[in-house]
Amino acid sequence: MSLHTSTIHELNAKLKKREISSVELTESVFARISAVEERLHSYITLCRESGLKEARRADERLKSGGDNSPLLGIPIALKDIFVTEGVLTTCSSKILGNFIPPYDGTAVKKLKASGAVIVGKTNMDEFAMGSSTENSAFALTRNPWNVERVPGGSSGGSAAAVAADECIAALGTDTGGSIRQPAACCGIVGLKPTYGRVSRFGVIAFASSLDQVGPMTKDTMDCALLLEAIAGHDAADSTSVPAPVPPYTTGLDGNVKGLKAGIPKEYFIPGMQRDVEQAVKDAIRTLEKNGMEVVEVSLPHAEYAVAVYYIIATAEASSNLARYDGMKYGYRALAKDLAETYFKTRQEGFGAEVKRRIMLGTYVLSAGYYDAYYLKAQKVRALIKRDFEEAFKQCDVIVTPTSPTTAFKVGEKTADPLEMYLSDIFTISVNLAGLPGLSLPCGFDAKNMPIGMQIIGKHFDEASMLRVAHAYEQSTEWHRMKPKP
Amino acid sequence: MKITREEVQRVALLARLQLSPEEENQLTEQLDKILDYMEKLKQLDTEKVEPLAHVVDIVNAFRQDRVVNEPQPEKLLANAPAREKTFLKVPKIIE
Repeated sequence: MSLHTSTIHELNAKLKKREISSVELTESVFARISAVEERLHSYITLCRESGLKEARRADERLKSGGDNSPLLGIPIALKDIFVTEGVLTTCSSKILGNFIPPYDGTAVKKLKASGAVIVGKTNMDEFAMGSSTENSAFALTRNPWNVERVPGGSSGGSAAAVAADECIAALGTDTGGSIRQPAACCGIVGLKPTYGRVSRFGVIAFASSLDQVGPMTKDTMDCALLLEAIAGHDAADSTSVPAPVPPYTTGLDGNVKGLKAGIPKEYFIPGMQRDVEQAVKDAIRTLEKNGMEVVEVSLPHAEYAVAVYYIIATAEASSNLARYDGMKYGYRALAKDLAETYFKTRQEGFGAEVKRRIMLGTYVLSAGYYDAYYLKAQKVRALIKRDFEEAFKQCDVIVTPTSPTTAFKVGEKTADPLEMYLSDIFTISVNLAGLPGLSLPCGFDAKNMPIGMQIIGKHFDEASMLRVAHAYEQSTEWHRMKPKP
Repeated sequence: MKITREEVQRVALLARLQLSPEEENQLTEQLDKILDYMEKLKQLDTEKVEPLAHVVDIVNAFRQDRVVNEPQPEKLLANAPAREKTFLKVPKIIE
């Protein structure tokens, strides 16, 4: 078995016993990248030199012993939305095409402190706006299971890199499904924590009431390990919550007896891919066999989630992206005066989807439309949150498909923005309600594309979600399947 | 029609985007379709519902007004599109 195909917990054991070194492991990952990257384009920037330096440092820490960090010496990839000191950070946008941040964000700092090796920065939809990673200004990432298909998005580069063993694990961000949907498309595990669980300091903002940082990994044990490393309160992010971080790995003992899984009837919709519906229903039966109780729940406002999301997220985005004016950093267009500089910089610097969302967001916030759209959406958001509160009175976790289809073909949905938005139909309400959600592999469709099951937890109860996911994983082999890119 | 071309032009002005005529056409059509989809929210009676801006009950996070990071003018200015000495250089604002 090659080193790059292993998981964090497998490698950690070998590193601790000094059977392997972090330098060997890191070289194995870079060799893998050299072999497949030309076909996949998971990365925008590779950190080969600094990565090997970090690996040497990790080896020294391992040699001196006594260091219990599970991430020590483990090669990890970062979505290009995380600001990284001295390393190009583009958010896949031309407007940040030359941006070299002067600092590390909190999640990155925590990873570095725990001895992780940063492999590089992965491709994404520009400013995390998209569901296929096709909205990148720099590269077209391919799905490792079939290069004619998209990896999902917006954290598509991170998902493809994990699935193709171009890193051991990765970080992504999730505003409406951007960790879970690509995880499902690429057959890996992806977790969006509760809003407030992980600091967003040093994460380029898209929609601030929805954005969260989370792990993308090869199995649920790794997911728990990586979440533990990045979670917790941060004074630099005023929306992070000062709640204690439980040890997520200790609950992964396969015991789910007596736990209740709620199945929302509204999430098995007409038009859903049949293989997906079948796989998730089979998975629910496996949960039952594991000793869980399955109950039907109702989320009556589910059908309004996409409409609510594309009002709230675009409104917040239009405000967050106002900072890109070409004055302090990033791209500046040459123009005759200040006003024209603003207009031209933003016109030339932003891609089509970003402009579309800035336009939509500006419109719904503008005088005369605010009440009809933005305020209305905030009210329906309250109803969506209430739906979950009611449902969680009857169950511990909610189980749904992650996405209505498996990964679609490159170019299939680019002409119709609304069609693209609907691929997040099952993930979006989780962000609107601020809940934690996880996607893990639960089968393959007729064309051998991976299918994802979503497990949704109560606020700050990532532990139950991980416990259920891990128990399911123990009784199946889906997470061990590897693509041949 | 939910949105006209004139409204698209007005919104673009607010958003500081200089759209090409083709972009204006396309955006009018696309935004119209998206806004039409959003009409479904009108089906719901939300008269008595409080709007939700934030999912977690958080209050203002106050902190001491203290410098915790070293000022790094060189590092910050390294990203400046234009600079002069230790200043960001921007186009003239007042004639």
